[in-house]
Amino acid sequence: MDNGQGRPHNICMTFDSDILIVGGGLNGPALALALSQAGLSSTIIDAQPLPTVLEPEFDGRAYAVALGSKRLLQGLGIWDAVEGHTQPILDIVVSDGREGEGASPLYVHFDHREIEEGPFGALLEDRYLRAALLGAVAAEERITHLTEQTVVAQAAKPGGVDVTLADGSVLTGRLLVGCDGRRSGVAERAGIRRVGWDYGQTSLVCAVDHALPHNGIAHQMFLPAGPLAILPLTGNRCSIVWTETTQNAAEIMARDDAGYMAALRPRFGDFLGDIALAGGRYAYPLNLTLAQRFTGARLALVGDAAHGIHPIAGQGLNLGLRDVAALAEVLADAKRRGEDIGTKGVLDRYQSWRGFDTSVLAAATDGINHLFSNDNPLLRMVRDIGLGAVNATPALRRSFMREAAGITGDVPRLMQGKPL
Amino acid sequence: MQSTGTNTIDAGEIAKFEAMAAEWWDENGKFKPLHMLNPCRLDYITQQIAGEFGRDLTRDKPFEGLRILDIGCGGGLLCEPMARLGATVVGADAAERNIPVAQVHAEQSGLEIDYRHTTAEALVDDGEHFDVVLNMEVVEHVADPQGYTDACAALLKPGGLMVCSTINRNPKSYLMAIIGAEHVMRWLPKGTHEWQKFITPDELYGLIEKAGLRPVDRMGFVFNPITWSWSLSPRDLSVNYVTASVKPE
Repeated sequence: MDNGQGRPHNICMTFDSDILIVGGGLNGPALALALSQAGLSSTIIDAQPLPTVLEPEFDGRAYAVALGSKRLLQGLGIWDAVEGHTQPILDIVVSDGREGEGASPLYVHFDHREIEEGPFGALLEDRYLRAALLGAVAAEERITHLTEQTVVAQAAKPGGVDVTLADGSVLTGRLLVGCDGRRSGVAERAGIRRVGWDYGQTSLVCAVDHALPHNGIAHQMFLPAGPLAILPLTGNRCSIVWTETTQNAAEIMARDDAGYMAALRPRFGDFLGDIALAGGRYAYPLNLTLAQRFTGARLALVGDAAHGIHPIAGQGLNLGLRDVAALAEVLADAKRRGEDIGTKGVLDRYQSWRGFDTSVLAAATDGINHLFSNDNPLLRMVRDIGLGAVNATPALRRSFMREAAGITGDVPRLMQGKPL
Repeated sequence: MQSTGTNTIDAGEIAKFEAMAAEWWDENGKFKPLHMLNPCRLDYITQQIAGEFGRDLTRDKPFEGLRILDIGCGGGLLCEPMARLGATVVGADAAERNIPVAQVHAEQSGLEIDYRHTTAEALVDDGEHFDVVLNMEVVEHVADPQGYTDACAALLKPGGLMVCSTINRNPKSYLMAIIGAEHVMRWLPKGTHEWQKFITPDELYGLIEKAGLRPVDRMGFVFNPITWSWSLSPRDLSVNYVTASVKPE
């Protein structure tokens, strides 16, 4: 029989890349860089254009990079490029407060000198992290970065997966990874359902300049409407994550900058002197959204696509990078065994590793927020005593600190500072 | 070396072989026990080969330049990983219908593997030689274990490595491999194994040494019903186990 007749076209297939990554934010490029260390090639399909300026103005967005994430960024070779722009978090002060009354006298003080691993992490502005990741991606020959391209269809087949772009071109890989956020099209097209809760709250995010030095101290204040996090940036600047009811938040966001700051000042207090807005303002409605599965046929979900989480503890970026490190490790190990990286047996290892981990954290952050955003005097007393008890118990305090630093549990090698 | 078998097969047959390949490679299907054991087997095989030939598994295509034979290759569950790691692979199976099935799947995976309907003894007659012979879960099925092991040894180049796994013979292995796997879990068709043909580690070492090879390592494959997965154990060789042996230079 003639070799070309009656043969499905997928026989003798070739691959554009080992892995097709949808989403060019932070997790997608970080995953591509990690995979390239294991000798795996990636194509990043990014709906956004490349940034047009190399050193964009500060736009008010910053991340609390936990110690584990810092180690990952070191492992990816991009920490050196951003380190000069980071502000280490030396201490964390957690307090319970009521507007106009200031912080409760009972609070927890986490001092980084109590754990041998050093500072909890560092604040890093989005513009520097993004530029460093994209610069490293551009320099890596195993990574192809397609910009201004959207996916319209995806289909798993024996041995691989096809992705069709809006311009009609088809890419083939062995595995498709959705790093495309909480409204993940990759998950939706695969029929992966989501469960979620809406908190009726919105986080307001901005940065402020202030008169007095912050000394590297981060503050988490639990106010009746919701938590207020004050995170130290380089110089006399802080990043603010400020949570209000969605209705209040909409009203505050509608104000001009002066009106917005008039709402922030009494909540913030005057312990850092005069404050002024630096960069833009952002509003993120708080909802928890969990994909019911993190994997499918030749498919895995990473970051918000798997679990959009309440950002109360500043863990969004860190959780996403933990997915990146875990998935990269599972795939690197599979490659070294000679396994097909897109098979169920391989992807099940990622599902069982990350599926449990994130639902625990989602439940924990959800519980903490409900406890702390209630103004009932009895609950408030329980909170004060509870916080006092944590503060008085060094072992408990140290375990909270290690959790915040992202160095507990079954930690991926890249987050332990080991090679992939 | 190329997969030429499909040239002689008509289109209707290919659809059938694709369905059979899908069955071989369905991780929840008929061959589920093999899929569950495979990562553990591959860990052992890749580490033994890397150690014997001084290869770094973190490099791309670490087995490039090695010629590997898998005897009793079935659907290609071991051949494909070896080919992916860069080896030149020959897969041999005495069951003729497995050959096109394995070929179809290798092509779907974009891999070049030389699958042949043949036996170890016939390959010796052909004058074939390999750096590595994988002899996994076969010796307990053959009629003449010593003759078969002799043939495997003859297929090795001097300095070559044979990895051989089988099932121990004791009351526990009868309970686990026959009552458990065939009757209770129905992981394997009834009659897959005959307990009398199981081989103790000392007996296997005897076969290997008599064939002129030097045993260098042995390890148990242990199933953990809590984590539902297999792992390697240096101590527990009571049911499934694996050995490595080298042909003297």
